[in-house]
Amino acid sequence: MMPISQPSASRDPLLKVENLVVEYAVGGKTIHAVSDVSLQVARGETLGLVGESGCGKSTLGRAVLQLRRAVSGRVLFDGQDLTAMQGDTLRQMRRRVQLIFQDPIASLNPRRRIGDIIAEPLVISGIKDPKKREQLVRDVLSAVGLDPGLVVGRLPHEFSGGQCQRICIARALVLNPEFIICDEPVSALDVSIRAQILNLLEEMKARYGLTLLFIAHDLAVVKAVSDRVAVMYLGRLCEVGPSEQLFAHPAHPYTALLIEAIPVPDPDVRPAESVAVGEPPSPMSPPSGCRFRTRCPKADRRCSDEVPELRAVAPDQFVACHHPLIAAA
Amino acid sequence: MTEPALLSVEGVSVDLPTPRGNLRAVDQVDLRVGAGRTLGVVGESGCGKTMLSRAILQLLPRKARLSGRVMFEGQDLVGLDPERLRKLRGRSLAVVFQDPMTSLNPVLTIGTQLIETLQEHLELDGNAAKRRSAELLAAVGIPAPEQRLTQYPHQLSGGMRQRVAIAIALSCEPKLLIADEPTTALDVTIQAQILDLLAREQRRRHMAMILITHDLGVVAGRTDEVAVMYAGRVVERAPTPALFKKMRMPYTEALLAAIPKIDAAPHTLLPAISGRPPDPTRPIWGCAFSPRCRYAASQCHREKPSLAAAESLHHQYACFHPIEVAAGASP
Repeated sequence: MMPISQPSASRDPLLKVENLVVEYAVGGKTIHAVSDVSLQVARGETLGLVGESGCGKSTLGRAVLQLRRAVSGRVLFDGQDLTAMQGDTLRQMRRRVQLIFQDPIASLNPRRRIGDIIAEPLVISGIKDPKKREQLVRDVLSAVGLDPGLVVGRLPHEFSGGQCQRICIARALVLNPEFIICDEPVSALDVSIRAQILNLLEEMKARYGLTLLFIAHDLAVVKAVSDRVAVMYLGRLCEVGPSEQLFAHPAHPYTALLIEAIPVPDPDVRPAESVAVGEPPSPMSPPSGCRFRTRCPKADRRCSDEVPELRAVAPDQFVACHHPLIAAA
Repeated sequence: MTEPALLSVEGVSVDLPTPRGNLRAVDQVDLRVGAGRTLGVVGESGCGKTMLSRAILQLLPRKARLSGRVMFEGQDLVGLDPERLRKLRGRSLAVVFQDPMTSLNPVLTIGTQLIETLQEHLELDGNAAKRRSAELLAAVGIPAPEQRLTQYPHQLSGGMRQRVAIAIALSCEPKLLIADEPTTALDVTIQAQILDLLAREQRRRHMAMILITHDLGVVAGRTDEVAVMYAGRVVERAPTPALFKKMRMPYTEALLAAIPKIDAAPHTLLPAISGRPPDPTRPIWGCAFSPRCRYAASQCHREKPSLAAAESLHHQYACFHPIEVAAGASP
């Protein structure tokens, strides 16, 4: 299959993922974690990536950073193919791409002081002057809303989950990266703290001129921060489109199902008797054709015979479905 | 409320000794649940909602100290003889926990766990219990129930395991089901299925339910009444529509505002609540929410507001500077 061109992103793509395939071998079987996924993220854009557990969204994020090597496909960052890079060249590229994880407490070394944790990327990247490092650490801590004087000498366990996530964000920002992959950055946090961190990410994006890949399972959270949203199901891309368009007019039955399943905090909105049937099949033996067909109300013969290809249904909106909810453009 | 409550929690406090001092997990909570009704208990981590459910079930950690009364069908569960408590739990009082992997026994088959409950409480013989178990699994939407009886929990998905946990909880036709974050560990499409299942079985059995969650979205369409907890206390309690439309407590308002809305435009700044909940091992002067509250005045930092009635006795809030209904209400 030819790489899909996605016009809105093709203006100036900072990241291009082309026909990426990632598989894991588990006990003689193969888990098809990411199957033939193509994506683009334009400079300065936030692309939201949503899907349920096991859909391959985190694997995709890790494969972009080459923390998980792809079976096939390419990952082009600023025009250079990361999949072809090794050793030092790759390490140099990784300074420009950072990762923020779901569990902020687990991703900080419990025995190291916050100041050292944040300075570590600077040490690795060869900034030798301790004064300079200290200044950069202080600057970035202030930027994420922490008081450097109170923070640098303390250990991670002295901080709450929300503060630890601020520290993780500071660590990701200290090298002044261009691109950050946020993997479920707020799902371990309480509602009141979640809003603080989402706002902080938006603020940091503007201040540092970042491009974000925002991976999450919560559609409302994704919509709050994303310019475009990509929906994954069982390793494949179902739909990509501008946030507003995708939420107002979902084209893939799975996208529609996800939107419908969100509990709305309004007592007048009676939850519709759930239309979701069954559960996602195993990624070890995904269904033939369209992988969503076993749960799809519109599935027919063609869906089991033929893998649907991503095609345009509206400007910038692409869907991989034989029976999209909006007619093809 | 004229009808006698099925469950009435009266002045319940829970204290836990910790190395850093006494932790007051639940502070003077009063709640009532009528037969067949659903009460939502909403709050963030550490607000005491789970300790409250454990206090109702008399399943507190050994060192915890409980005061107050938990009246269930007219008898006080606090200090009740362990044998009688054991008979009550599982029979009239059932619970579904957040994580079905840890609440199910990993080395026993689904069938053994279900049949055990049925034989213990309903004194069914082996064959009848087995038949009933399969019926229950079918009722909670598990395909091929007879085969599932011979399977172990690890052979099922998270959603299926939670269905099994619900089947066990429902097996003896309880009068009250406590569901403590029953869908938090599940994906959103499965969450919708499980909440539907709970609502359907509740209607069918005329069972009362306490739905404990951190998600206001989960309680909005599925409860009769909601209690919002903060730092161990109930800070607002109201019939569900009133809580969402005419909330009086600033914390309720802030919590609702902090949720990203699906119909808001992307990149809308969220009205976040500054700061974080107080350390429960330190004594709190005044209203526990006052350091984070945009309406707080000096009285709020000195005095603890008690629950006051809003326009009806069913709506109570603990605040000196409640939100004006006219300004805060949307039709």
